[in-house]
Amino acid sequence: MKIGVVTFPGSLDDRDAARAVRAVGAESVALWHGDSDLHGVDAVILPGGFSYGDYLRCGAISRFAPVMSSIIDKAKAGMPVLGICNGFQVLCESHLLPGALTRNHELHFLCSDQRLKIENNSTAWTSEFEVGQEIVIPLKNGEGSFQCDDSTLARLEGEGLVVARYVGKDPNGSRNLIAGITNEGGNIVGLMPHPEHAIDPLTGPSADGLGFFTSIITQMVSK
Amino acid sequence: MAKIVVDVMLKPEILDPQGQAVGAALPRLGFTFAKAVRQGKRFEIEIDGEATDAVLAEVSKAAETLLANPVIETFNVRVEK
Repeated sequence: MKIGVVTFPGSLDDRDAARAVRAVGAESVALWHGDSDLHGVDAVILPGGFSYGDYLRCGAISRFAPVMSSIIDKAKAGMPVLGICNGFQVLCESHLLPGALTRNHELHFLCSDQRLKIENNSTAWTSEFEVGQEIVIPLKNGEGSFQCDDSTLARLEGEGLVVARYVGKDPNGSRNLIAGITNEGGNIVGLMPHPEHAIDPLTGPSADGLGFFTSIITQMVSK
Repeated sequence: MAKIVVDVMLKPEILDPQGQAVGAALPRLGFTFAKAVRQGKRFEIEIDGEATDAVLAEVSKAAETLLANPVIETFNVRVEK
């Protein structure tokens, strides 16, 4: 099983994402932003960071990278894609997920361990969790406030497309405390906090993040 | 040569914490006139030749594709006199 991890100029968390992929027994394949060849991967992770300097808007320029045109096509055809932090921003800019991520409401860059509640375990990336399960993984971003119009919000809530919600104090002003969402097919997930930084209690606040990576393995094997 | 200006603003319903921060800073400096402040972006694009309708249509397309995110932002294209 091969899971691609994209590196854009300015990606930061590609190594941790690749490490998380290896930790659950999959092969991690480095994908380069300038190469539209996905090298036969079964799924893709768009990692955190500041792709192309996040100039203009976070993820706005990455969306037009050669690798993204291939990923957008494959994702629309059902390939699992997980966008973490900057990757979530790229997914929204690519219109693979609705809404947009804007400046945190208190304007600070946040870096802390964040409690989340899993709301949807029927996606390709969350099947190993229970609905209602609370997990703690790092949250680190300056533009993590999830915004969308009222009709989109009603659709996300009505169709159960909210994957995870912040628990406790509102960290960034996201509508309905949304930390992550999915598409109708459940193959594309965008998540602001970082599961790849929480796969080992030695180096993270917990190993709660592992569930996202074991979920995709389960999903692949069962196919 | 002509200059085309594209103004990009967050939609009114989208939270603008940067504008709010500016709005909060003004009265601290003694400027008490502002009821609310919204912050946006301005692009100045120089082109060769005249800003024809065809060029402006291309700029609008570029604004919709890249300069603005229509999910959260609106834009306005005009020729700078």
